Amino acid sequence: MNIVVLVKQVPDSGAERSLRDDDNTVDRESATNVINEMDEYAIEEALRIQEAHGGEVTVVSMGPQRAAESIRKALSMGPDKAVHVVDDALAGSDALVTSKVLAAAVRTVNPDLILCGAESTDGRVQVMAQMLAERLGIAALTGARKLTVDGSSLTIERQTEEGYEVVTASAPAVVSVWDTINEPRYPSFKGIMAAKKKPVTTLSLADLGIAADEVGLAGSYSAVLEHARRPPRQGGTKVTDEGDGGVKLVEFLASEKFV
Amino acid sequence: MAEVLVVVEHAGGSVKKVTLEMLTLARQLGSPAAVVLGGPGAAAALTDTLGEYGAATVHVAEHADLDGYLVAPKAAVLAELVRQVGPMAVLLGSTQEGKEIAGRLAVKLDNGLLTDVTELDADGTATQAVFAGSVTVRSRVTRGLPLVTVRPNSLTPSASPVQPKVSPVEVAVDESAKLARVVERVAEAKGARPELTEAAIVVSGGRGVGSADNFAVVEELADVLGGAVGASRAAVDSGFYPHQFQVGQTGKTVSPQLYIALGISGAIQHRAGMQTSKVIVAVNKDPEAPIFDLADFGVVGDLHKVAPQAIEEIRKRK
Repeated sequence: MNIVVLVKQVPDSGAERSLRDDDNTVDRESATNVINEMDEYAIEEALRIQEAHGGEVTVVSMGPQRAAESIRKALSMGPDKAVHVVDDALAGSDALVTSKVLAAAVRTVNPDLILCGAESTDGRVQVMAQMLAERLGIAALTGARKLTVDGSSLTIERQTEEGYEVVTASAPAVVSVWDTINEPRYPSFKGIMAAKKKPVTTLSLADLGIAADEVGLAGSYSAVLEHARRPPRQGGTKVTDEGDGGVKLVEFLASEKFV
Repeated sequence: MAEVLVVVEHAGGSVKKVTLEMLTLARQLGSPAAVVLGGPGAAAALTDTLGEYGAATVHVAEHADLDGYLVAPKAAVLAELVRQVGPMAVLLGSTQEGKEIAGRLAVKLDNGLLTDVTELDADGTATQAVFAGSVTVRSRVTRGLPLVTVRPNSLTPSASPVQPKVSPVEVAVDESAKLARVVERVAEAKGARPELTEAAIVVSGGRGVGSADNFAVVEELADVLGGAVGASRAAVDSGFYPHQFQVGQTGKTVSPQLYIALGISGAIQHRAGMQTSKVIVAVNKDPEAPIFDLADFGVVGDLHKVAPQAIEEIRKRK
């Protein structure tokens, strides 16, 4: 089973993140950029399927030049090769445009299975699996906490508000995963060394047959007009429990009319 | 007046709160029209509530195919309805299902999409909180109609009763939308607690709770306050509480009136999921815990002493 894993480089969610003042896009230059955490679970799942069923694992990523670091990091976990869609015109693309570009990039690999994280920590839009499936005309199995592959049959278990669902589809399909699905491996030293030699194909928009005015800020379907940093919350009253902490807490709740 | 389509979120024969919020919002924009997508007979139990919150029309699409597959059939029916009705806007809940329907709908209609919207102006300009609520953006769909998903707990629903016109929608789902088949739905006992993302009060426990058994005190405090229970990632990773209750970057985002954090240090990963809460209360042994920087009221102390005392005090006052 040939697998594509979608990987996105995002600003580290553990540090301060901001939007640029000039065009309201994500500031990727002053941030520490890392692999979107949820994507590591998708990579791990791809590798486990490969170990059990064979086939090739290809990382596909759209992002600026510096995303190459995250692609190498992804390869160091074990995938065989990567496709990096990089083009200056892509900066500021929204989810619709991104799905259009990724669909074209995925078609160049023609996989049986496309794995991705259920959401990215920067946009948290959670629509990519469905958008891609819609564009590719294939099934989307979303939010998997468990994935079973049996021949060309794919079955997931997904958490819902009411309990859980078991959903099945035939390959090819897009499967998005939550961080409950597995425990991603750390790259080994050998893996890190091997990753340096793994093939990374770079594709431009022209390679994908997409015009520059269909992407980026100008080609996007939505626009951020302005942004403002919310004033940080101020810590309020802090008391130390001297045997009456619970009562004091309830007195505060009462003053706010919660009890 | 043009219709504002509100895609109804429902479960177990009742309308979810986010739908009532969306109807309230829709009334400020145009003529609210609810859209029920579900299996045969799904709408009957919902119509009265939808009318109570101002749905002038209820578009009813009922078919086994809408229930038996993941969102693709729903998106297909909705796309067709949008083409027929020509609404001024389409609102969905910013929930997993709402977002997924919206994602497919956006591609089908070649229309822009805004998610996690907290406010929507009459001119289509939306407010969104990004980067864990640390940045607010104003944005709009620039191609097509305003297609937005509304974050639960963004506004207070208010009733405005009307007698809704029920309008049946013809459902013919193409085989190409029936690729992800639901083979089993397993209901898990939820008890009487409100849903995490919709709850007005959330009581969460962290690593400091110490064990799965000790989470009983978190649940008890939530129950005396009529709230939902949440957990930090550390608590979930330690196996104290199930993942679906995780609040934070890789879990749920909540924005309740009151958030009580018990034994949660307040790592950035957790703050991402709760810092837009109206009032925050924290109990933690460590006086330097970052959670105190955002708490309106903090108690430095052992949650195993403070919480039981608070529970007792609330019961006394009832």
